[in-house]
Amino acid sequence: MNPAVTLDRTSGRRVAAEPIASLTLRLTVNGEERVLQVEPWTTLLDLLRDKLDLTGTKKGCDHGQCGACTVLIDGRRINACLKLAVTLEGQEVTTIEGLGQPGNLHPLQAAFIEHDAFQCGYCTPGQICSAQGLINEGHARNRADVREQMSGNICRCGAYTNIADAVLEVLEQGKQP
Amino acid sequence: MIRFDYARPADVSEAVRAGSGEHAAFLAGGTNLVDVMKENVARPLQVVDINRLPLTDIEAREDGGLRLGALVTNAATAYDPRVQQRYPLLASAILAGASPQLRNAATNGGNLNQRTRCYYFYDVDTPCNKRNPGEGCGAIGGVNRIHAILGASDQCIATHPSDMCVALAALEAHVQVTGPDGDRAIAFSDYHRLPGDEPWRDNTLRSGELVTAIDLPAENFSTHYTYLKLRDRLSYAFALVSVAVALRLSEDGRIEVARIALGGVAHKPWRVPAAESLLQGEQPGERVFQAAAHAITEGAVGQGQNSFKIELARRAVVRALGQAAAGTPQSQTDKRIA
Repeated sequence: MNPAVTLDRTSGRRVAAEPIASLTLRLTVNGEERVLQVEPWTTLLDLLRDKLDLTGTKKGCDHGQCGACTVLIDGRRINACLKLAVTLEGQEVTTIEGLGQPGNLHPLQAAFIEHDAFQCGYCTPGQICSAQGLINEGHARNRADVREQMSGNICRCGAYTNIADAVLEVLEQGKQP
Repeated sequence: MIRFDYARPADVSEAVRAGSGEHAAFLAGGTNLVDVMKENVARPLQVVDINRLPLTDIEAREDGGLRLGALVTNAATAYDPRVQQRYPLLASAILAGASPQLRNAATNGGNLNQRTRCYYFYDVDTPCNKRNPGEGCGAIGGVNRIHAILGASDQCIATHPSDMCVALAALEAHVQVTGPDGDRAIAFSDYHRLPGDEPWRDNTLRSGELVTAIDLPAENFSTHYTYLKLRDRLSYAFALVSVAVALRLSEDGRIEVARIALGGVAHKPWRVPAAESLLQGEQPGERVFQAAAHAITEGAVGQGQNSFKIELARRAVVRALGQAAAGTPQSQTDKRIA
């Protein structure tokens, strides 16, 4: 196979022998099957925000250090900024838009409001997706577990105490028969 | 981000073929490679997506050990019941690192091959011999709070950032690789290397070689172990100093086998067999712990801002040996140090 991209040794520039074709990507996004044309270097975060207009998922650091872009892949949380979209062929993505809608709030969204678990709100979609991931993953039993397992989501307003309260409440509600 | 060719091979031999180009990179979870590509630190021309390869199982081995597939995620490894029960040191070290999101994406093979988090390596506007051979090292004489105190060279003082690898060093795992010249197993202590005068080489993989699995030996130290990690904040931060300790005690309480590996202090997980043998045959206690702590940090050199790590490492070793001997491993949830 002749590579489509080569390095010009004198200029150090990347040379594409031919334009790199977009790839066809089949993805289920918030329950809806999508067939998309995606360039290989597009991250899931940029695909969601720029192509699918799902701007609930936020771009904070874009380097996996803040958690604002947290979404669920097949029910497990990841940082969308560090995931190339083309690697997710056939998988299921859930964003904040898929968890709840105006008038139909997800229990975590209702608990965040009830507990005053945000101030500026920028980290909140990531916090809520992360909390849903925490519940799905099933390794948290108490407040200390919740705090540790929510540590991948930074809140610069410092609403951590109330975030832990909100997540713990929904986690414990889920335990009841 | 830079432009590149993308391939998604379906089997290992196809992947090795695709990955043997001079400017090819294997992509698994992407938590490190995508990041360094965004920073222009890694500039592969071909990205070989290995996520479809059948390296996703954890399997029992005939010798009583466990084989961890290279593409099993760090989270799936740490929460696997066999790992939790038989290799709790490994589970503990994995859960001490990164965040749940990152552990859900990052793979075992990728954890081994992640690059240093040295600020100068990441910043293409500063000199770095690891990124650009011959350019010089910005960290020497620069901002070096997180840098190496052991095994560094005059060309590079970067550290290996992994927690998982510190436990694998103490457990004496083997790394299974395949490549253009066939399969081989690499002892964990031989996998990562010191920077020397080739700081751009993090490990001893040959060109085109792919990690396929990590083998854990039968001896698992499931009773007397700890992973103690010290850092600037309690979660979601790299180690300033970390210690993995695994002990086997005899019926009268003497130390039969001791393993100590340090993280955050060198270009690879740091072990000193002579320090471990000082403990052999001894009753656990402050005096022998101090002796081992001094032996494992022998030759340590501070760079200024990181000089505190020398004493911190010694104290961490003493504390970790005490935790392991008592059978009271460090909790990765309640971060108070017992």
